[in-house]
Amino acid sequence: MALTANTILICAGGACISSGEESVKQALEREISKYALQDVVRIVETGCMGACSLGPLMVIYPEGVFYQKLTPKAAQEIVEEHLLKGRVVEEYLYKGPTGEIVPQVAEKLPFFSRQVRIVTRNVGFIDPKNIEEYIARDGYFALAKVLREMTSEEVIEEVKKSGLRGRGGAGFPTGLKWELTRKGTSQKKFVVCNADEGDPGAFMDRSVLEGDPHTVLEAMIIAGYAIGANQGYIYVRAEYPLAIERLNTAISQAREYGFLGSNIMGTEFSFDIEIRIGAGAFVCGEETALIASIEGKRGQPRVKPPYPAERGVWDCSTLINNVETFANIPPIILKGADWFKSIGTENSPGTKVFALAGKIVNTGLVEVPMGITLKELLYEIGGGSSTGKPIKAVQTGGPSGGCIPAQYFDTPVDYDSLQKLGAIMGSGGMIVMDEDDCMVDVAKFFLEFTVDESCGKCTPCREGTRQMLRILEKITSGEGTEEDLYELKALGETIKDTALCGLGQTAPNPVLSTLEYYRDEYEMHVKEKRCPALKCKDLTRYVIDESKCVGCTACARVCPVNAISGEVRKAHVIDNEKCVRCGSCIEVCRFNAINKVSP
Amino acid sequence: MSKIKSLEDLMKIKEKAVKDLQLRDTNTRGKITVAMGTCGIAAGAKDTLKAIVDALNDFNITDISVVQSGCMGLCEVEPTVEVRLLDCEPIVYGHVTPENARRIVKLHIVENQIVSDLLVRKGEI
Amino acid sequence: MSDTCATGGKLFKELDQFIEESGSTPDRLIAVLQRAQELFGYLSPEVQEHVAEKLKIPVSQVYGVVTFYNFFSTKPKGKYQIKVCLGTACYVKGGDRVFERFLEELGVEADEPTKDGLFSVHAVRCLGACSMAPVVLVGEQDFYGKVKPDMVSKILKHYSERGA
Repeated sequence: MALTANTILICAGGACISSGEESVKQALEREISKYALQDVVRIVETGCMGACSLGPLMVIYPEGVFYQKLTPKAAQEIVEEHLLKGRVVEEYLYKGPTGEIVPQVAEKLPFFSRQVRIVTRNVGFIDPKNIEEYIARDGYFALAKVLREMTSEEVIEEVKKSGLRGRGGAGFPTGLKWELTRKGTSQKKFVVCNADEGDPGAFMDRSVLEGDPHTVLEAMIIAGYAIGANQGYIYVRAEYPLAIERLNTAISQAREYGFLGSNIMGTEFSFDIEIRIGAGAFVCGEETALIASIEGKRGQPRVKPPYPAERGVWDCSTLINNVETFANIPPIILKGADWFKSIGTENSPGTKVFALAGKIVNTGLVEVPMGITLKELLYEIGGGSSTGKPIKAVQTGGPSGGCIPAQYFDTPVDYDSLQKLGAIMGSGGMIVMDEDDCMVDVAKFFLEFTVDESCGKCTPCREGTRQMLRILEKITSGEGTEEDLYELKALGETIKDTALCGLGQTAPNPVLSTLEYYRDEYEMHVKEKRCPALKCKDLTRYVIDESKCVGCTACARVCPVNAISGEVRKAHVIDNEKCVRCGSCIEVCRFNAINKVSP
Repeated sequence: MSKIKSLEDLMKIKEKAVKDLQLRDTNTRGKITVAMGTCGIAAGAKDTLKAIVDALNDFNITDISVVQSGCMGLCEVEPTVEVRLLDCEPIVYGHVTPENARRIVKLHIVENQIVSDLLVRKGEI
Repeated sequence: MSDTCATGGKLFKELDQFIEESGSTPDRLIAVLQRAQELFGYLSPEVQEHVAEKLKIPVSQVYGVVTFYNFFSTKPKGKYQIKVCLGTACYVKGGDRVFERFLEELGVEADEPTKDGLFSVHAVRCLGACSMAPVVLVGEQDFYGKVKPDMVSKILKHYSERGA
């Protein structure tokens, strides 16, 4: 019989490492090479598997057998028995929390097993272009229940009872929003889905729209029934062509099956949905700006109140929720508010979808119960740093959010805790940064974004953010003074208090939060003219290590400004007057002879 | 398709669709799902899809259907592919380049072996 | 762009047809401009005037909307538009260096087409494929993930060989 290839996943989470994972791994490698199994057995170190108290842990695939409390001796036995003879070694089998033997428990990587999937319940499982697959997973049953058994008041009551809060950022109670819109005085009413996911680093909504478009449609129809609207709009950004395509398909299928149009499912209720495509303006994520854009105008926000619930699209009462908020609605209706409240925390029930990106092993999309700590999210699910350097901070909430430093990673993720740290939940983008990321530079990056995207209507945002950016540019180019740091903070706080819309008011957050947590970095830039992360170009120099340079001339040939000189086979030098710090030389050097330094 | 007028109509569709999803009463032995979200496509899922279809044709396999889905979340290992054979647990593979796609068809579909070095997940969530 | 009278006239006709089918109320303005840009490549003063007339709104309003949204351009773009993502994830993974390399290799400024009209390079904010950062999108369909600066010349070559 041919040997089937095995893969051994060995947990290299913090707990397993401290309980001796390395020596177990070495023993495995030793035994495997002893029996010449290197070509058919592969060892993979994974992030934390979650059963930390039973470590070191490993799983052997393809069988999916989970072993616990390993020692080098155990490793030897397992190689001889399991890998060579195909016999499971009972002694080390994972026993589970109650002690019974659970032979094949590790079907799921922690990346999956730690997740609770409500919003993304269908994403990746069904064919988004086939409405029947959605129906197979209870799709449109919530709508049927609402239309057959519930009054609109009861629907709103259920949503209110669930405690669901808006997933777009601010966390406004969804049920209350529905109730206010229902009480709106206009004749005609509208339901709007905000799919203008403009925060850089966030792609949860895109994933739902691409993977499960019908859930958004179903929720919007339910919302229409609850507030008394017959028309809905989905405002989706032009950058998401695939999402638009799948939504279009879904809408025409829903019409064909009678979920959209007149007399839905044989009742008196009629509702239809139209897609509006954005044209690339970040501010249109703000609800009053989005309304202006739907009307075909410049997407500029206006003063609230009146809120959209009172005066929205064409001055009619309008309900605006984002994609993720809507995706929670069908499960809440089907399983009830009490079920929903049993997940998450008291003040932030349910789950939140996060987009993990940046310097993290498992980049991707995860849905976790509210209240999980950042540590669990980043290390156990995310697998920790991908660069080998420790994680320094995580940026949440995009240009409206802040940087949370590593010492606060025990903070539970919910609306109120994050706000206390000067960050926000935002739409759910989480960008992981390590020590190579300069916090002043990151703040500058977000300010550039805000300055670019400021709609220009109110002075604090239009002029204020520009001034903040100017100061940051001064600091990163080595011209900053201590006065500037004071100035930056004062300006930021003024903008926070005086800007017209939510986006303007939160624009200083990236600067204010980094100023608070990484003031030492700002001071190094200002006082010592030094960038410890070696990111700010004007504060770094490139030097060639003479002892390592062999004079291969690769760097001199690639330099776009001819700043590198030297004879063949002799050490080269970089003229830092000419150097533009593009980094091309470092990429081509095969001897690691070129370093960046900051004085 | 006539419009759905009642809960009974909806139930009927669900029953049929569940059967389709579980591959019951159909002429297929299984299906391969390629995750085709934007990340997947950026990672080359279109080439993967093509390679799978080509490989199935090369082996003259006609009882396996190839479908698309959204993103399953673990973007790091894109392109991802799920293989679901009748009466077997679904298997998710990662890093499915066109070469790996051909290997999966050859080993998993033809020879009924799990390609363990590409394995990301086994079983339902 | 090839604005000879014949093709220009044909494009205007197509635009008019689109307006007729999808409605000519003022709220359709953004959709109409999107279609117009697809057809003409960019929104020249003539096109803006034409749209204003069709939707019965002042040209100033059309111009106001055109200049407000990033998606609209009043200048011609390259045949292949290279959109380099500079969202946060791409930025921390070195998207800025990819962007600079494109400009360097083509010898152009951002948003400005090359002399042969083949390429133009644009910085965009988050294409939503953050896990593949840094990401580059050429045209509307061709995604490149985990792009490194030294892949730039290869990407360009692929399209310059296809030519105009």
